[in-house]
Amino acid sequence: MIGQGIGVRARSAALGEWGWAGALALLCVVVFVAAPSKVVNGILLGSMIALGAIGITLIYSILRFAHIAHGDYMTLGAYISFFLLTVVFPAIGIVGTGFGPFTFGYPLLIALPITVVVCCAFALAIDNSVYQRLRERGTGLITIAMVSLGIAIALRGAIQMLWGTGPIRLPRETRSFYHIDFEIALPTGGALPFDIRVPPDNIFLGLTAVVLVGALYLFLNRTRTGKAMRATADNIDLARITGIDTTRIVHWTWAIAAAYAAIAGTLIAVARAQLHPNAGWATLIPMFAAVLLGGIGKPWGALVGGLLIGVSMEVSTEWVSPAYKPAVSFAIMLVVLLVRPRGLFGDRDA
Amino acid sequence: MDIIYFLAGFGILAGIYGVFTLGLNVHWGYTGLFNIGVAGFFALGAYTAALLTTAPPSPELFEDFVFGGNLANTLQLGIDLWFFVALACAAIVSGVVALVVGAITLRLRDDYLAISTLGIAESVRLMFLNEKWLANGSRGLSDIPKFLGDFVTPKQYDLLYFAVVIIVLAALYFVIQRAINSPWGRVLRAIREDEEATAAAGKNVFRFKLQAFILGAAVMGIGGALYAHGFRYVDPMVFDPLLATFIVWVMLMVGGSGNNLGALMGAFIVWGIWSGTQFLPPEINNPNLRFFLIGFLLVLVIMLRPNGMIGERRRVSEGGT
Repeated sequence: MIGQGIGVRARSAALGEWGWAGALALLCVVVFVAAPSKVVNGILLGSMIALGAIGITLIYSILRFAHIAHGDYMTLGAYISFFLLTVVFPAIGIVGTGFGPFTFGYPLLIALPITVVVCCAFALAIDNSVYQRLRERGTGLITIAMVSLGIAIALRGAIQMLWGTGPIRLPRETRSFYHIDFEIALPTGGALPFDIRVPPDNIFLGLTAVVLVGALYLFLNRTRTGKAMRATADNIDLARITGIDTTRIVHWTWAIAAAYAAIAGTLIAVARAQLHPNAGWATLIPMFAAVLLGGIGKPWGALVGGLLIGVSMEVSTEWVSPAYKPAVSFAIMLVVLLVRPRGLFGDRDA
Repeated sequence: MDIIYFLAGFGILAGIYGVFTLGLNVHWGYTGLFNIGVAGFFALGAYTAALLTTAPPSPELFEDFVFGGNLANTLQLGIDLWFFVALACAAIVSGVVALVVGAITLRLRDDYLAISTLGIAESVRLMFLNEKWLANGSRGLSDIPKFLGDFVTPKQYDLLYFAVVIIVLAALYFVIQRAINSPWGRVLRAIREDEEATAAAGKNVFRFKLQAFILGAAVMGIGGALYAHGFRYVDPMVFDPLLATFIVWVMLMVGGSGNNLGALMGAFIVWGIWSGTQFLPPEINNPNLRFFLIGFLLVLVIMLRPNGMIGERRRVSEGGT
């Protein structure tokens, strides 16, 4: 009897999450008909929010605190790429813009791996010198979150000391948008016209996100370390008893989170064609909204959440001023907390 | 004599920061609520006070601004009474916003509140920046009337306003101190230490958290109103996170969270250091370096001296018969 009861509850919960996802998908279709360009670009830009949100949610699931400096890790990545592209590479003769259909040049593809390595090293150094000591001391998780706020401020101050407070333009070439025109015949006889404009760079963002998310999927499901990471997320004490080196898992978590943050930060700067010291901090609210929408600790939830938040922010500009994009993601977050606090794919009420 | 006016100007801002640290101390120091959106309540308070008391600017300059808030001329209370109305309304507006957001997030994980307060701060700033009819957008509101401005010369006004700030600060200090030392305050500290044990003792944790959140936010709103009348000009740039949220956190952590006197000390000392750096030679007087140091100091204090200069008094074995 009891077993049956649990089974029924589990199934209804599963139906619930697919029900929510289905309702949202339907809404997306309706919105797509209304503003197709914004939906497509929202998905592509949302994929970058998703990359950041995946990092936040991994840190949540392994280290259990809200990593408030994540946006500034993204900013750091963007500025390191910028430094490589404008100072280091020209000195050794690597210059160029307009790689294929994109506004940026092939040097960006060389800069990204270097940026990833630098940002991973930075994240691990901070963990070693700050977070690890606090963990050993048994400091409360909220206090650790506050330390990450301090690191966010210090990091932004350092970036502003090195590169100034104003926006900086990236080297780029002007490219025309992709333009897709088609019509869908309606059963009633008329036709529904679609006119989709996509900047080529956004296609690159989307492809990068697909590759990185696929790599994360393979890592978490096919490698020993990835499986150990999921086990640690489920229950850290149990993982330790079974012989998993949780310190190593923590280092992997930081490395993945920092790498994805660095790439997302750089590519957001590429898509906007400018860098700003505030850019990462301003992305923090959409990223946390994506994490909560998808359910804390769920990488796939963060992916879906990021895409939905990205689409909502773009589509909202049909009705409200584009300046309100962060407020739109905040409003979605409040609605999620109100009607389904565990998020779309979360296990339990948080 | 000029040094006195300088000190008064310094003391006004330090005192206003003292109001914010007192409010934040109710949130973090006593209840353990992680509010990183002080700027939001600061802005709500300041704009509420400004909109209630400021006459509309000339229409040629500000064609979009319609609200005007020219209540002070319609309801003839005189500005000196309006000042108190403005303080009260600032507290109410901040408190109502805290009620709405707190009701949604305080039942959930602790860190949801942090993200939500960040969202409030950002949304409030965007609203005052973009809704030109409401708050005149990026041009801000100017000529906010002086409280008791008719009684002294403009030169001496800072001294008078410093006294006003100190009186309000002292009043808030005593109110909060009483609340914290009451049975109600004891429940807050119990929640901070162990939420589940407090719930097991029959306390409605959510209600107490919500009350503390509203109280702290209302205090911050009053701080915002004091700012608006003290500087007589507000625009959305005033409420950037560094000078409106982060520095308040550093003040509280340096002074000692969980101790109102420590919170006030932190406000005056950190603001003293901050304004003292303007006399440094220009090579090292870099605003971005100060930005960096604020964050660095926050990390350093938590790691090396988590209780600040004067932390909370240990109360075990105190208050027994």
